[in-house]
Amino acid sequence: MNNPPDISQDPSEHEEYAHNVQKHVRGYLTVGALLLAFTAITVALSYVNFGTRKANIAVAMLVATLKAGLVAAIFMHLAAEKRLIYRILIFTGFFVLGLFWLTFLAWYNPVVR
Amino acid sequence: MEIPYTVSTRPDTGLWNAKVGIWLFLASEVMLFGGLFSAYVFLRLDAPPGMWPHGLLNVPVGTMNTAILIMSSVTVVLAWAALKMRRYRAYWWYMLATILCGVIFLTVKLVYEWPQKFEHFGAYIKPEALEKYEQYLGNKHAAEKGLPPRLEITGHLHNRQALNDPNIKEYEIKLDPVNADPTNPAMDRPHFLYVPPTDKIGKIDKEDVERATMFLPTHSAYFASYFTITGLHGLHVLGGVLVFIYMWLPVSKKVYQRNPEHLANRVEVCGLFWHFVDLIWIFVFPLFYLL
Repeated sequence: MNNPPDISQDPSEHEEYAHNVQKHVRGYLTVGALLLAFTAITVALSYVNFGTRKANIAVAMLVATLKAGLVAAIFMHLAAEKRLIYRILIFTGFFVLGLFWLTFLAWYNPVVR
Repeated sequence: MEIPYTVSTRPDTGLWNAKVGIWLFLASEVMLFGGLFSAYVFLRLDAPPGMWPHGLLNVPVGTMNTAILIMSSVTVVLAWAALKMRRYRAYWWYMLATILCGVIFLTVKLVYEWPQKFEHFGAYIKPEALEKYEQYLGNKHAAEKGLPPRLEITGHLHNRQALNDPNIKEYEIKLDPVNADPTNPAMDRPHFLYVPPTDKIGKIDKEDVERATMFLPTHSAYFASYFTITGLHGLHVLGGVLVFIYMWLPVSKKVYQRNPEHLANRVEVCGLFWHFVDLIWIFVFPLFYLL
């Protein structure tokens, strides 16, 4: 789903434009409902035993990532954004993964192991 | 001189100023919260068995707050779409709804959730004294069921003077259900609904206690990370609400009358921040309330 285009300077086209934005509004409402449903699913799944706690954490994080993806892609318009924004985010992703990798190293401790 | 590209886009990037600005800011926010989340992972992975508490937070209240935050994310994007359609009245109402959602979220946190924790008490028992409190801990039962050992007795502190008065030799705790009836299989897993402490009073010698505090950041690595992360997140919600109030007040209507697209862009940028705050909560909620 793309973002609504920028509004035209020509007032005679405004009505058609408003109609266009209205279509996106329906999409936003659907995503909102999906997010609420996923919240209920997250809570319900946390009371299901998937064998180990690790498995439960993995399932919950999977659902959370899905929800976060929806928020980022639709509400934050990342599904269709300009290149510069993606470039900024690629750097961010790289560094935040590096950060978690350091945390993992501290726990795994490859030097002593 | 007028600042260029506040409303129109720069030809080479296709972006107006604030959009680049907010994304750079959000990138730094990712690192800020990333640091705290990696601290959480670090502390949790290193926690010895029984030292990472579960089921201490109120799940229905947390779920409700999650839903409120999601709904406010929807209303802020609708407010922006309303501006794009040049419907100021609708924008005004959506903005009001967003502000109210944010205020409710903060109120629940500050008036209910946090104070309830400040009233709760926990005493970690010294390893050599665990046997003595088996009636409250039920560790034989826990071992049979393959559950982590129970090292802490929690509830409401009945004799609060005991915290400061060295002459009082024991804590009297109105026990939480899990310590009042530890071998009951219903206590093996956290409850969905909050169950208040029972009327059963457990007496614990101060000598047998490793450390005892209310549920404050000093209580454990769990509560330290809980208060730090939800506190920082709460500050973000507060900041968002304040900016939204400014966007909602008549001052902003002047911007709208001068150039509606300018206000739409401002709202979009604030909305991006707000969605990010929502996104953080999407991870905070399961990590602290559920897992």
